[in-house]
Amino acid sequence: MRLRRRQAAVVPDDPCTAALVDALGVHKVKVDGASRYLAARDASVYRDGAAGPVCYPETADEVAACVRIAARHDRAVVPRGAGTGLAGGTVPLGTPVVIATTRMNRILDVNLDNRVVWVEPGVINLDLTRHLLPMGFHFAPDPSSQQVCTIGGNVANNSGGPHCLAYGVTSAHVVAVDVVLPSGEQVRLGGVEPHQPGYDLRGAFVGSEGLLGIATRVAVRITPNPPAVATLLLSFDDVEKAATAVGAIIAAGMVPAALEMMDSRIIAAVEHHVHAGYPLDAAAVLLVEVDGPAAGVAADAARVGEIGRAHGATEVREAVDEHERALLWKGRKGAFGAIAVIKPDYYLHDTVVPRRALVEVLTAIYEIAARHDLIVLNVFHAGDGNLHPLLVFDGREPGTMPRVHAAGREIIEASLAAGGVLSGEHGIGVEKRDFMNLQFSDDDLDAQARLKAAFDPHCRANPGKVIPASHSCADIQALQRVPDGVWG
Amino acid sequence: MNDDLAGFVADVGPSGPVCVRGGGTQWHVGGAVASAATTVWAPIGVVEYEPEEMTVIVGAGTPVADLHVQLALAGQRTNLVESPGSSVGGALVVGRDGVHTLGRGRARDALLQARYVSAEGALVTAGGPTVKNVTGFDLCRLLVGSLGTLGLLGEVILRTQPIPAAARWLQGEVDDPRVVARTTRTASAVLWDGTTTWVHLEGHGTDLDTDAAALPGAFVEVDGPPTLPTHAWSMAPAELVDLDPSATGPFVAEIGVGTVHATAPCPPVAVPDALRRLNQSVRDRFDPDRRLNPGRDPLAA
Repeated sequence: MRLRRRQAAVVPDDPCTAALVDALGVHKVKVDGASRYLAARDASVYRDGAAGPVCYPETADEVAACVRIAARHDRAVVPRGAGTGLAGGTVPLGTPVVIATTRMNRILDVNLDNRVVWVEPGVINLDLTRHLLPMGFHFAPDPSSQQVCTIGGNVANNSGGPHCLAYGVTSAHVVAVDVVLPSGEQVRLGGVEPHQPGYDLRGAFVGSEGLLGIATRVAVRITPNPPAVATLLLSFDDVEKAATAVGAIIAAGMVPAALEMMDSRIIAAVEHHVHAGYPLDAAAVLLVEVDGPAAGVAADAARVGEIGRAHGATEVREAVDEHERALLWKGRKGAFGAIAVIKPDYYLHDTVVPRRALVEVLTAIYEIAARHDLIVLNVFHAGDGNLHPLLVFDGREPGTMPRVHAAGREIIEASLAAGGVLSGEHGIGVEKRDFMNLQFSDDDLDAQARLKAAFDPHCRANPGKVIPASHSCADIQALQRVPDGVWG
Repeated sequence: MNDDLAGFVADVGPSGPVCVRGGGTQWHVGGAVASAATTVWAPIGVVEYEPEEMTVIVGAGTPVADLHVQLALAGQRTNLVESPGSSVGGALVVGRDGVHTLGRGRARDALLQARYVSAEGALVTAGGPTVKNVTGFDLCRLLVGSLGTLGLLGEVILRTQPIPAAARWLQGEVDDPRVVARTTRTASAVLWDGTTTWVHLEGHGTDLDTDAAALPGAFVEVDGPPTLPTHAWSMAPAELVDLDPSATGPFVAEIGVGTVHATAPCPPVAVPDALRRLNQSVRDRFDPDRRLNPGRDPLAA
């Protein structure tokens, strides 16, 4: 009780925080500067966030209490998982109440006949897959951040990962979500039974980036582990040959479990860091994985090798054991950490283009980076055309950030001009919000705003994200600064 | 009848009750359309098909069977249900899955982009043309199963799938049909009528042989699945083996999925008030005057 009085004294004029502390207890509401500083950012380059009180509820009812209290005090709410988002989706604007679901981290029920597991939103993606391993199952979405990112965050962003080429993104692996609506009401969207009456509000909720409510329980579909896996590394002396081979593999009627591409710069950085045995003289490599029953895997692996050679692969190497396979994947998944040897900062983009446009857009990306005097590395999900151009820089160097943002915008424009989309798996958040007009018409955005209004008529859930100012119920300009008197 | 999107937009117009008709094969789902509604038809035909993209752009009025004939020429298909006369748009807005859901996934995941006419008569694009896309809210999922009450589908982009090299239906009798779903890796469907189990295997021929040899009990190859009773019930897959035939009548259950094709109609499913209000709120925002397919209600489907 002494601690509670002392903490409340930090913000004597904030009745919202006092009500939150009353409802949750002092240990679940943080108002100190360090907690709010940490909750003000994610893994994006966006740095203008400002968190209000940071709540750590442990039950759905506590989440609902936070939402109701915030509404009563006319404060917005922003849900938060592990904070690995790359688009500023969980960066709080206008000092809202932050609701971190990281303490809700229990795996609640595993039912193998349903092939469904109920989890709380704070369960870490890879922890779930590790839990299921002895039972012969896994959770298919596998973003590169899977060692730390949460299922709740995966739901909010409709996350992907290398293996969603064959298995589909998070939406295809979520059958139900228990949600606290912005009104504080609790509702189950979807269900374990295949047909549900009404609209597919589960589908609308997945990928809604916290703008429609907060997930408190998630029923995920689990996938049997494949009996056989083959992982191949195809090396090319030319990026264009590698990109052409990607289209040829798909056109041959195969859907590999994963089909990743890395260019020479990222190969060099990764090899230095991980020693995965990537060829340092290659212009590009393809990391191709096929999985499933043994005979199909053997046949597909052979065909991938043949197609690679027919398109000029200088080397085709198949991982001989699980150790080598793990090493090849370690190089791919650790790529973003490895670039620190080049420059301290990076800005990662996430557009998707039709496979036929891969060469054209890659060429444009190299040209754009060169023109802005920036280094760009490419490591991406080639099989589904999901580009991840990585601009590396030192933000401390004067005049760098405007060049980084200008190049980023041109990369987005080049991708859209080639028939692509703004985001493949990272989401829109605040980072790409103002680019939405480039892909969507006023009528298109109006339809998205209607969905938002149906769930959140008072615009209290994660305001200032996804929907651009022209169609948003939030006053985005006002959200960019700390409102007077709300927070010190 | 339209062969272009602009004509479809003009037919729908900005006001007055309107319903869109496909093949009429599931016209009863979710209630009858109000008789005052003007009937319109969505464009027909494949607009663009590039097999290496594994996507197809198609008019919503196109019969699913016609689309599948064209896709099969390049060794591909979609996972939309194909029944005589059914249209692409109808299959999507009704949103029912076929019996191959276990292996091929759900119909709702087939839709990548929709161009639809809103209640105000505007042409709206939801989703995007690429196989992967999280740009903005996922309105495509909302449209699948909406019975055309949020917008009228004009043209869609669908995800395609490769047709496996080999496929066969097998029939046999086992004590527990769940064992069939557990032991096979190539099963796209496991059906069970309480006595007999049917399994559809698809994939590489050698893998099919392996799976067929591993099946418990004696299975023989048959031409296809049994005739499915007309009513659909929905259960948690784990509960299927305990289902009560005195309630469903003769049935065929999809093991691992939970759909039960039953002779008796499914009793109404209770919808919690909060969920009902949320559904109505969505419909209010998209079609406040209830002019789109009036009389049909996804909550009653």
